[in-house]
Amino acid sequence: MSAAAMPGAEMVIKALVDQGVDVVFGYPGGAVLPIYDALFKQNQLRHILVRHEQAAVHAAEGYARSTGKVGVVLVTSGPGATNAVTGLTDALMDSIPVVCLTGQVPTHLIGNDAFQEADTTGITRPCTKHNYLVKDANDLSRMMHEAFYVARTGRPGPVVVDLPKDILFASGIYTPPASVKHKTYRPQTTPDPAKVAAAVELIGNAKRPVFYGGGGLINSGDRACALFQELVRLTGYPVTLTLMGLGAYPASDRQFLGMLGMHGTYEANLAMHDCDLMVNVGARFDDRVTGRLNAFSPGSKKIHVDIDPSSVNKNVSVDLPLIGDAAETLAEIIKAWKARRLKPDAKALGAWWKQIDAWRGRDCLRYQNSDRIIKPQYALERLYALTRDRDLYVTTEVGQHQMWAAQFLKFEAPRHWMTSGGLGTMGYGLPAAMGVQVAHPEALVIDVAGEASILMNIQEMSTVMQYRLPVKVFILNNQYMGMVRQWQELLHGGRYSESYTASLPDFVKLAEAFGAVGLRASRPDEVDRVIKEMIKVDKPVIVDVVVDQTENCFPMIPSGAAHNEMLLGPQDKQSEGPVSEEGMVLV
Amino acid sequence: MSGTSAIEKHTIAVLVDNEPGVLARVIGLFSGRGYNIESLTVAEVDRKRGLSRITVVTSGTPMIIEQIKAQLGRLVPVHAVRDLTQEGAHVERELALIKVTSTGDRRIESLRLADIFRARVVDSTIESFVFEMTGSTEKLNAFINLMEPLGLIDVSRTGVVAISRGSSRL
Repeated sequence: MSAAAMPGAEMVIKALVDQGVDVVFGYPGGAVLPIYDALFKQNQLRHILVRHEQAAVHAAEGYARSTGKVGVVLVTSGPGATNAVTGLTDALMDSIPVVCLTGQVPTHLIGNDAFQEADTTGITRPCTKHNYLVKDANDLSRMMHEAFYVARTGRPGPVVVDLPKDILFASGIYTPPASVKHKTYRPQTTPDPAKVAAAVELIGNAKRPVFYGGGGLINSGDRACALFQELVRLTGYPVTLTLMGLGAYPASDRQFLGMLGMHGTYEANLAMHDCDLMVNVGARFDDRVTGRLNAFSPGSKKIHVDIDPSSVNKNVSVDLPLIGDAAETLAEIIKAWKARRLKPDAKALGAWWKQIDAWRGRDCLRYQNSDRIIKPQYALERLYALTRDRDLYVTTEVGQHQMWAAQFLKFEAPRHWMTSGGLGTMGYGLPAAMGVQVAHPEALVIDVAGEASILMNIQEMSTVMQYRLPVKVFILNNQYMGMVRQWQELLHGGRYSESYTASLPDFVKLAEAFGAVGLRASRPDEVDRVIKEMIKVDKPVIVDVVVDQTENCFPMIPSGAAHNEMLLGPQDKQSEGPVSEEGMVLV
Repeated sequence: MSGTSAIEKHTIAVLVDNEPGVLARVIGLFSGRGYNIESLTVAEVDRKRGLSRITVVTSGTPMIIEQIKAQLGRLVPVHAVRDLTQEGAHVERELALIKVTSTGDRRIESLRLADIFRARVVDSTIESFVFEMTGSTEKLNAFINLMEPLGLIDVSRTGVVAISRGSSRL
């Protein structure tokens, strides 16, 4: 009954197929030629040829985030692997399951400074959840299956499998996924029942509660999001979401306060500041969310549901940590809530909502519109209005446009919003959109971009053309690295050091050069027309929206400030005085 | 939040798969996140199961110590993490080789002190001794300090190894 031996490269393909992979994002090179040869000889796996390895990882992230499956990357040794490092770090920070296969020089040359050699496992150790160097063909399939298991289990993340070229030629025995059991890695998914009971007690007794959901809800899955919604509705409590969590609770619902954090809404941040109970599900008290730590929600008890024990008590001391999967934990909480027939304190809750409605009344996302010049917020409002009844997926680059997109586009369901949250990677959006479109060929996929970010991975227009992926790039073009400019205005006396791009391409002609469609809007009355045209065209489109160069993103919690010290608009900044020295050193 | 409470010293035992890169993962975790390593020892302890034991002495606020343990615990090849300091009764030992060069009275005094401290002479020449000594870090420090004026020229220490008292295992 001994299984037949097969070459390493064929085992790689077989392992991918057995793991349910249908698409691989990659770029060939010397060290991975045997895998590309094996790819050529089969038809179960689709390969998308990117134009830069960083884009392969972001595409896999977009694919993974929009489907809940593991994204797969295949790159060569040396520069192939080092180019992937930014993408891997991005996936690590945002907990996105990715398996990245890297070629390596043959084992006997490792350490000899061979051509296209890099110490890939050394370089990627701090930017992956785990990594493997395969030194024996008989270990190859086990390590591949372990890589998938580690990538998707617990708090998801990227895993690298480094494959020396001689191993790809060598014969080994293939082990199917069912017979691979990881020796050590078993994250806790079921919460401690005593802590569930204590959590329910706290939730039932709260006077000014707020739910604070994060990307962990989306990673846990649609069931976690549905249970989160059920719990929020059962209690009638207000809810806010992090940038990574948008879509986990329907944005149009009355109980939703909008996103929180540095550019979150006034009502969300003040609710966080003034609450007496905070229920964090799958978020990590990131510095963009907390503002100044010693002033963060000073009067509240804090419950923290997280699958990663190292997220607990890292930045903020919590009163009740629940280690477990979000869905399992929420199910237990709901069960206990119903069993005990708990009712929220209606009087206290009424007063709390009254306070929240007063904050809401400030209408913090209001902006001064113009009929001469396109305001970026207006462009996004129109984009939302004209796409809201479609199956829409949005990715973004990083900067002001990203924050405006988070504020003005409303997500009703999880997995429709892909953005680089933790690492803040400019150049993420277009390749991520590519990965989303591969996974959802019929959907409308829009990369909301800035003119600076888009140039960081613009070469991927060539990829979307090759595979007829009708991705739409919606550029809010203010000729500045807008967020850099905004910080220079607020913190550095308006000295706009190197944040203006003096020589931008003509994006319409650039689109045409790739064979795509280019559109431009320069006046507010042209915005609707270009959006409609963009949606209608069944091809990749770049839309160049020429927007107000000086518009800043508000509301804003300046660095080093507390939630209740937020700036609501340009009129606020003079009265507040300069940012503290402590705040200046923060990113 | 950290920095508001006192710095504590903790001895942590970590059982890991003896695979390439595992020590680099542990050390990279400490350097990458800015934690302190006061001493670190590692050796295979179970050949059959391929397990190594790492003993690390670290310092930080209680919140940082908790983080260190959580971060170690989520490394994929880690089987178990135990905070021996927190769990109470345990034995800590360190071994040192101490080279002293001297002649005459200083040489005799170093030998006399070695006897008091129960250090063994493992090498000697006309003008030098190498002492081997096992004990707690504090005892080793005391002896090394005494040797300083008596011709101490070289010290090699293993770092702390530790094990819990009683019948429980890691």
